[in-house]
Amino acid sequence: MEAIRIENLSKRYKDVLAVDNLNLTIEQGELFSLLGVNGAGKTTTIKMLSCLTRPTGGDAFLNGKSICKESHLVKKIIAVSPQETAVAPGLTVRENLELMCGVYEVPKDKQKEEVAKLMHLLGLESVSHRKAGKLSGGWQRRLSIAMALVSRPEILFLDEPTLGLDVLARSELWELIRTLKGKITIIMTTHYMQEAQALSDRIAIMKEGRLLICDTAENIKKSARTDDFEQAFINIIKGVAK
Amino acid sequence: MRMMTFAKRNVKEILRDPLNLLFGLGFPLVIIFLLTAIQANVPVALFEIKHLTPGITVFGLSFMTLFSATIIAKDRGSSLLQRLYTTPMNSVDFIMGYTVPIIPIAVCQCIICYVAAIILGLKVTIGILYAVLFIIPVCLLYVVLGLLCGSLFTDKQVGGICGALLTNLSAWLSGIWFDLNLVGGVFKKISYALPFVHAVDMERAVLAEDFAGAAEHLWWVLGYSIVLLTLAVMAFLRQMKRQ
Repeated sequence: MEAIRIENLSKRYKDVLAVDNLNLTIEQGELFSLLGVNGAGKTTTIKMLSCLTRPTGGDAFLNGKSICKESHLVKKIIAVSPQETAVAPGLTVRENLELMCGVYEVPKDKQKEEVAKLMHLLGLESVSHRKAGKLSGGWQRRLSIAMALVSRPEILFLDEPTLGLDVLARSELWELIRTLKGKITIIMTTHYMQEAQALSDRIAIMKEGRLLICDTAENIKKSARTDDFEQAFINIIKGVAK
Repeated sequence: MRMMTFAKRNVKEILRDPLNLLFGLGFPLVIIFLLTAIQANVPVALFEIKHLTPGITVFGLSFMTLFSATIIAKDRGSSLLQRLYTTPMNSVDFIMGYTVPIIPIAVCQCIICYVAAIILGLKVTIGILYAVLFIIPVCLLYVVLGLLCGSLFTDKQVGGICGALLTNLSAWLSGIWFDLNLVGGVFKKISYALPFVHAVDMERAVLAEDFAGAAEHLWWVLGYSIVLLTLAVMAFLRQMKRQ
């Protein structure tokens, strides 16, 4: 069953065509990665799908709901973990999660249980009383993802989830993302080839707002006639692959 | 529930910053004590506690503008607002969530100033209660000014504009520190075209239980509040759309 259907989606900023006539279908429970160099249109695509910016052309349907005409319904089934860590710095870890519970109107009597569950899932118990602004980048990312999961979203957008993290923190976050895989539909943007290859069911490569290829990592490598995924990405971006 | 949750978060963020407590509460108290001490040695009618306290309670509100503008500008600079824009929160939740929580903080600030003034010799009258009640529309004026500045400027700019410019404007053009009649001319005209002196005159009149005298100034305060609120909402919605 399809979770996301993107139809001729475009976004133009004055003279720049950030996303050009994008067509895609993403299945429920799939972990789908968007790859591309800077300015490829990955973040703009996520911003349109998460109703942060309106498309200038086309539409997308998230579990059947239009981002153009039913954004209020779309917002109820999605969650976003933005590129920069989006936490309230003066609140503790627990309070940040309680904030999101309130924003999604989780009933008061269920909030405690929900927060406890998420802290356990994300391993945040040891820092639950620390202020979010004082946490390391890795912990802040974990918290940021936990905050996105409060609403039990059907579709989760992860924009560069491991950007700027050290190897250990990144590997821990991969483990976390793996635990979510299959349970909810995840759309992730990343600059790390290894990350996309290790985690994704399918990968889309974008350049200058256009979709160049969308397939599994193995098939992308085959198309680019190389065993190395990074080389496959370079070949596709440079137009070497046929 | 969404608005209240967001408002609660904003209160926590404001009150947990020790600098906010220092300036928001400490500074007005220091001025009351200092000017009362000066008045005790060199009597000046303007610095008599019954004249001084209403002025200080209004001046203290300029810090509420700073708090309100800073938290909005900081949120805009981080990704937190972007995250919240993808939730079911709507523009009313955001605007109310930023403005409503400052009002009880301002009322508390006003009460503390009056308690200090009573300790320093202010006569306890029902006028004090009215003065605390009438501080609410004045507070609204300062908070919407914060919403406007926070929606237009970055957190660094807000520090300069609200922290330095507005507190000075609010101080010089309000008749708290000197009688505007002594300067007169254009300075006085400009002062009376702005809301700050009206807020102070209204509070002084209310404290003296002169409601007829307060009414004229109240309309100035409310008029400015409504105009600024309209501008602030427009500016906030514009930046919301941009983000």
